[in-house]
Amino acid sequence: MSDIEKSYSPGLATDIEKPIANPGIEPHRIRMTDKSEKHARTAEKQIAVMFGVSVVGAIIAIWGFFAFPIVDGDLSATRNNSLWMGLGMALSMFGIGFGAVHWAKTLMPDNEVSEMRHQARSTDETRAQALEIVKLADGESGFSRRKLIRRTMYGALAFFPIPAIIIFGDLGPVVGDTLKHTMWKSGTRLTKDPTGIPIKASDVTIGSVFHVIPEGLSEMEEHKLEEKAKAAVLLVRVNPSDLNEDPDKADWSYQGIVAYSKICTHVGCPVALYEQHTHHLLCPCHQSTFDLANHCEVIFGPASRPLPQLPIAVDADGYLIAQSDFLEPIGPSFWDIRK
Amino acid sequence: MTNTAEKKPGFVGGAANYLDERLSIGAVLKGFGRKVFPDHWSFMLGEVALYSFVILVLTGTFLTFFYQPSMAEVTYNGSYPPLKGAQMSIAYASSLDISFDIRGGLIMRQIHHWAALLFVAAAGLHMLRVFFTGAFRKPRELNWVVGFLLFLMGMGAGFTGYSLPDDLLSGNGLRIIDGMIKGIPLIGPAFSSGFFGGEFPGTEVVARLYSLHIMILPALIIVLIGVHLMMVIIHKHTHYSGPGRTDENVVGYPLMPVYVAKAGGFFFLVFGVVAAIAATFTINPIWNYGPYDPSPVSAGTQPDWYIGWLDGALRLAPSGWDIAIFDYVIPMGVMTPLIVSLLFLGLVAAYPFIENWVTKDKREHHVLDRPRNAPTRTAIGAAGVTFYAVLWAGASTDLIATNFQMSLNQVLLAMQIMLLAGPAIAYWVAKRACIALQNKDREMVLHGRETGRVVRLPHGEYIEVHETVDKYELWRLIDYKDYQPVMARPDANGKISIGNRIRSAVSKIYFEDRIAPVSKAEYEIAHADHAPEAVTEKPKSKRKSINA
Amino acid sequence: MRRRPWAAGIVVFFGLVLSGGGYAAATNVVQAEGGSQIQVEEGRKLFLANCASCHGTNGEGAIGGPSLIGVGAASVDFQVGTGRMPGQGSGPQLRAKPVQFTQEQISAMAAYVASLAPGPAIPDEEYLRGDGEAEHGGELFRINCAMCHNAVGAGGALTQGKFAPALGGVSPKHVYEAMVTGPQNMPVFNDANLTPEDKKDIITYLKYIEENDSVGGFELGAIGPVAEGLFTWIFGLGFIIAITVWLGAKSN
Repeated sequence: MSDIEKSYSPGLATDIEKPIANPGIEPHRIRMTDKSEKHARTAEKQIAVMFGVSVVGAIIAIWGFFAFPIVDGDLSATRNNSLWMGLGMALSMFGIGFGAVHWAKTLMPDNEVSEMRHQARSTDETRAQALEIVKLADGESGFSRRKLIRRTMYGALAFFPIPAIIIFGDLGPVVGDTLKHTMWKSGTRLTKDPTGIPIKASDVTIGSVFHVIPEGLSEMEEHKLEEKAKAAVLLVRVNPSDLNEDPDKADWSYQGIVAYSKICTHVGCPVALYEQHTHHLLCPCHQSTFDLANHCEVIFGPASRPLPQLPIAVDADGYLIAQSDFLEPIGPSFWDIRK
Repeated sequence: MTNTAEKKPGFVGGAANYLDERLSIGAVLKGFGRKVFPDHWSFMLGEVALYSFVILVLTGTFLTFFYQPSMAEVTYNGSYPPLKGAQMSIAYASSLDISFDIRGGLIMRQIHHWAALLFVAAAGLHMLRVFFTGAFRKPRELNWVVGFLLFLMGMGAGFTGYSLPDDLLSGNGLRIIDGMIKGIPLIGPAFSSGFFGGEFPGTEVVARLYSLHIMILPALIIVLIGVHLMMVIIHKHTHYSGPGRTDENVVGYPLMPVYVAKAGGFFFLVFGVVAAIAATFTINPIWNYGPYDPSPVSAGTQPDWYIGWLDGALRLAPSGWDIAIFDYVIPMGVMTPLIVSLLFLGLVAAYPFIENWVTKDKREHHVLDRPRNAPTRTAIGAAGVTFYAVLWAGASTDLIATNFQMSLNQVLLAMQIMLLAGPAIAYWVAKRACIALQNKDREMVLHGRETGRVVRLPHGEYIEVHETVDKYELWRLIDYKDYQPVMARPDANGKISIGNRIRSAVSKIYFEDRIAPVSKAEYEIAHADHAPEAVTEKPKSKRKSINA
Repeated sequence: MRRRPWAAGIVVFFGLVLSGGGYAAATNVVQAEGGSQIQVEEGRKLFLANCASCHGTNGEGAIGGPSLIGVGAASVDFQVGTGRMPGQGSGPQLRAKPVQFTQEQISAMAAYVASLAPGPAIPDEEYLRGDGEAEHGGELFRINCAMCHNAVGAGGALTQGKFAPALGGVSPKHVYEAMVTGPQNMPVFNDANLTPEDKKDIITYLKYIEENDSVGGFELGAIGPVAEGLFTWIFGLGFIIAITVWLGAKSN
């Protein structure tokens, strides 16, 4: 290290004398293309061929664009267009790339050279001059001296960005209690997803699973997916003797037919996999598993809350209806979910 | 100026003159034209990431002319038969049109997505190279932080990008993100409403992700790449230890013409690889997933690979850890993965500063470490990689179960165990491997290379002939930094602060097991010992150097 | 009145006709698919030889297997027709294996089991041709099937080692029968849930997926981002690193 450069503390580094000194850069190994004009010319030809192949590739890509007009119903045109344009582009790229690199490796000098580094730190002299400039600016502005200016300036700078943050306040509406209510109401019929056809209790045989949406959802023009994201329900019939119900929720089911929210209480994926014999509901995203026969309590996976049950009944025509909305919020838990 | 009869300059000369008279390009060429860059394949990984980013910008620009970020509903009447007549968002419909009804649309979409996967993979591998060779040491600590931010932004750009088609797979990903956001204490539901513009899924989010994806994140990435490369230019690139290489120089080839050709050519090669893959392999077949709807879901729902570790964290988190504070709930199924990931990221970002606090080595470092010569750092890196990898594998528990015919539940349990045990085992194995390799190097320095030739000496002793290494290889084997642990010392008042105690303990973990480089004295003793006839210096042959 | 000797014969003849015809008519009502007596008898013999040890001599169920009363011809045609039955070995779930019987034999056994009690019938050819509406089928498939079988039927995991198999190469008839009978842990999709037209559309969708290669190229198993990520690291980066090693190596 030169004298004017800073010498830094080595910290915990040890400093032992090495057995030999740095031997310097290894001697250059002559390449065939350095020695022999014939080899150099061969390399030149190879490079030229590569660049030529690149031109061919570009032409293939251009041809691919025009040769396969899109025909409705025949996807092979799409496939060919994509394939030939892609391969053409790849070939044109490879040609240039291999050509350029081969040129560098065979014909350009490969003698290693050394360039000296400079310490990142400025020299003491430069630093002194820099410090002088800063002191001058400080003196001329009075920045350090004038406390009143400085402090009020900090205040202004601290406050001016705040409107820029507040102005984003309308990114979304106030949450209110939208998370705690769904479309289900007393008397809402259970209907098939996506058609909205109502379901009769007699349709739901043992071992069946119906994917359910509330009546009226499929006709909605607006907010359809938002409501569906809360109201989607799974409807299943099990043998009543297999159903281990909470005594105060015994009238929420109908002859072994039960309805549970389909929205996973972990992070909201649809818990859609139903295992007919084990009565397990499995969520495919993170594998939370709920035991339908035991009021959907969590038996595996990261969910912490059982799936909420939708109380159901049957109306005069035999169609399944909800008795009311869910009695607890559906979906993932959140801070004030219990309020 | 004297008016001699001069030849009129040609086109290039004229153009160069025109620009120089306005932009001082002469100074630029003079300063940068023969700048030296070292040549090692492992230094090109950052370039792979850079070139992937360029490919992303080029193909992405094409896509912006055809993609429409609207969640308004429309009926599909494009070419793909199984979706004809289906209701879907305009975003999904325009993505289908790009894929099926616009010539060149599908290949550009596929190049774009494959390049995105490559961008983050190359950045990650580059980061690992920088870590394991200690390139983050002074003066490059800040560049490490910039690189770390780039990696995060790459993840963000990828996530916002693949959510744009509003298909079932990415839509379920957004649903998961929403569930996680809602779980954040106090601000969760408000943050969710702000992000989605109301209830999930709303009609705003795709357009907002679009703005992030094509404007905000690319702008940040470009600025950070600029800062990243500026620092490489100021600091010059590091180089591995070797003959002629020191902390005061950089050995390699000049920018013009060698690097212009090699690095420039490499851009085309990377583009070629991505284009070839995109021409022949399907990626993100959105037409298979259908439009997003909160009710259906596909088996095998995973995010793109670089988000995998977060999905794995969600799957591996234990259940039933929810914290209740009076009437309020903190869902730990969400918060545990969030906290663990943030801690992990924090450790990654802070590592250079942690290591520097231990060694207090204030010198500039431009010669890289071979991983074996920094055993504890390598072991920590191995443990970190293992932790990340187990989380990443955790995202595919269901695929592992299906394809290897195992029980989903057992696969998950095994991964939970591996998450805790794996890093510890990886640490121990890596450290011992490094030390073993260092010992081997030491043996080579002191006793040369074993040739396998056994010779019987006149007095009856059998010896194996060792071939001493030549001075170039010898230099590579002895030139590395060595540190020793520090004892906690009392300060002026006779007290040993907690900070000092901790530092001493950590420095012992780092450097207790160290294998010191061979000293001059040791070397001379070892080589004086050998009988002259047993030491042969073979003529230098075309051996591959150690540092290949 | 003089007794004619052949009168008794006529009485016996009419008696036989009445009782035999009556019996035939009665059994015809029970056998909804109209399996003939011979077929049912053939099926019963096969059943006794191959199935009764687990399912009981009259299909009432035994230690090794559940009752088959009411499962219908469709169940037998599916289970035996895909080789799942005769069941072999323990494990969380039966797997499709090489089929051990001819279709004639399978139909016979199906007829026999159908004769035990009414149950889902073997579907009519008109629902299996794949000329329904693929768009409608796709929508239904995604809502009712994709969560287990994957959006394009690549298969998926259930709990404890069970799985929903991949659907490529499965015949339309077996797809229909699986939907309507709910084999093992697959739910039952009766005709009120998914009408025969719905099922026809789903089969049409699956056929379309099977017969049409992806426009993007090779599909890497259609399992999505995991395969794509692995491919990027192994082949994408792998090939590029090979290029960098070549690029940095000294030329000869």
